[in-house]
Amino acid sequence: MSEILNIAFISGLIGATMRMATPIIFATLGEILAERSGVLNLGIEGIMLMGAMTGFLFTFSTGSIWFGVFAAACVGMLLGLLMALLSVNLGLSQHVSGLGITLFATGLAMFIYRLHFGSPTVPPIIEPFKQVALPVLSRIPLIGPALFTQYSLTYIAWLLVPAMSILLYKTNIGLKIRTVGENPAGADTVGVNVTLTRTLCLVAGGALMGIGGGFLTLAHQNMFLIDVIGGRGWVAIAMVIFGNWDPLKGTIGALIFGFLDGLQLRLQSVGLVIPFHIFLMIPYLLTIVALIGVSRRAAVPAGLLQPYRREEKGG
Amino acid sequence: MIRFRIIKREPLPGWAKIMIPIAAIIATLIFSAIPILLAGGQLWKSYFYLFYGALGTRYNLLETFVKASPLLLTGLAVAFAFRAKFWNIGAEGQLLAGALTATVLGVHMGSFPAAMVLPTIIIAGFLAGGIWASIPALLKTKLKVDDVVSTLLLNYVMIHIMGALLFGPLQQPGSSWPRSSAIIEAACYPILVARSRFHMGILISFAAVLIIWLVNKKTIFGYRSKAVGINIRAAHFGGINTTAVILWTALISGGLAGMAGVGELCALQYRLIMDISPGYGYSGIVIAMLGNLHPVGVLFSSLFFSIIIVGAQTMSRMTGVPTYIAEVIQGMALMVMLIFLLFTEYKIRVIRK
Repeated sequence: MSEILNIAFISGLIGATMRMATPIIFATLGEILAERSGVLNLGIEGIMLMGAMTGFLFTFSTGSIWFGVFAAACVGMLLGLLMALLSVNLGLSQHVSGLGITLFATGLAMFIYRLHFGSPTVPPIIEPFKQVALPVLSRIPLIGPALFTQYSLTYIAWLLVPAMSILLYKTNIGLKIRTVGENPAGADTVGVNVTLTRTLCLVAGGALMGIGGGFLTLAHQNMFLIDVIGGRGWVAIAMVIFGNWDPLKGTIGALIFGFLDGLQLRLQSVGLVIPFHIFLMIPYLLTIVALIGVSRRAAVPAGLLQPYRREEKGG
Repeated sequence: MIRFRIIKREPLPGWAKIMIPIAAIIATLIFSAIPILLAGGQLWKSYFYLFYGALGTRYNLLETFVKASPLLLTGLAVAFAFRAKFWNIGAEGQLLAGALTATVLGVHMGSFPAAMVLPTIIIAGFLAGGIWASIPALLKTKLKVDDVVSTLLLNYVMIHIMGALLFGPLQQPGSSWPRSSAIIEAACYPILVARSRFHMGILISFAAVLIIWLVNKKTIFGYRSKAVGINIRAAHFGGINTTAVILWTALISGGLAGMAGVGELCALQYRLIMDISPGYGYSGIVIAMLGNLHPVGVLFSSLFFSIIIVGAQTMSRMTGVPTYIAEVIQGMALMVMLIFLLFTEYKIRVIRK
């Protein structure tokens, strides 16, 4: 009996890990893209919340969940563009522009939600994503059912990790992005458009952040709550540092966070003696501990936080 | 083809520094028309109730000061830290640390002389916020951990510490809600104006403006803190112990935020609840930026914010525009201010090719 319980518990935990890691993977990849081009996007938390709200709103209104995902990506792109306008085109402080976007987007998400739904006593719900069992793979004994019965968005996240690695390290575009992030003046000299590259990275990164947020209201839950993101954007920022700006290592960090988050959820559902808030705290606490471990040898893109203006070259 | 270039301009005269925040606020209010109209509010009626709701009656005017008090303290906290480029995004957690400490003392100090209680609570609340802020400062200076990330993550750690305590040892006996027992009477801030909630903490926060201004302007520490903010390497080679400066900056910054928590607890709520702060720590970031990191600027921007927050309640009641309009306006205010500040240093040149 206890053995069955253990297997059920472990496979449940694997499933929960993957589920909880998915939004972080999306957000981490989006942030890596932005930071590799030299822009720290602290708008991530707000962009994810707008993605979550917009995805929910569009799915609720149209009944098409993929349309919701598309809308979440679009709103992420728009906010990424706004971030680019402030921090790249105008060259404002990246810290402050990003935080400004988070505050603005947070207010806007709640405002639009209230505008559309009023203050209902029972929150409106949608028909969320269903988990899809991959043929063959999901029949692997023990881990198969848990690992390969996931939401479509989780599979997409898995595919995006190698795709992002290839983009950054194996393509000409990736080389341009990394050059812009390391040495914008040098990139400009060899004819790379710094402003355009950074803008596109922020826009594409914003789309990923938006989808990451959308996952939380379209798959993980079936409703929109104000605290649905709960700091996951900031965790993604931490995972970028933890993963040394590498998509694969960042994803490993996201999986560890997902594991802790999933463990916390599983232990809550099993019923436990320790207050569940202690468990809620653990992922954040361990993220800080992990940062302590990696920060001293962090390979920060050299152009990060540096606004680039041609006239001030060398200044 | 027409291209736009952003180039440096000559320094603006002094009056422009005062005019620019005012112009930014006016521009923000103009932009606010978009969400108001989207929400179906009548424009002039909405603006009228926004200001009438905040300033129009005696009670509401005093209430605007009540709301301004925590915003002023968190705004000062963030401004003081940002000035030294210690990116303290953790005012929210530091505020909670202060409120939590005030609760523990306020509930349990019944056997102490009444005159001792409030001073102890204020000092302890200040220290709690300060110590909570000095953790990321230590991590930054000793272990090179990014302060933006660590201060942010510590907010969530503090929320969950509070949750664990409110569902555990601090929970009011017999209550199934996550709330503490009420604090004793000696721990409550005196109300200074009859038939209102205008309390002593408001004077404390105004005094804090003066103190921080003096520290910035008149003390060696204020000078060093600014030097670290402008160029930490130069400050280091100039003989300043930058680690100590950042630590002290964090202590004072977190302490100010902790005082905001003490005020909310001892003057308004009288018991700890999970919703003790509706994000004052995050609003403090915007307020600090809007005030250009200057204490007097922070004073005015926190008053502007509390007008918006208090006024939005009345506006929402009278026109049906959701109260979250206040947050939207706050976010817009920050971005407009940033752009306006940019053009104090730069101008756009149109280049025709």
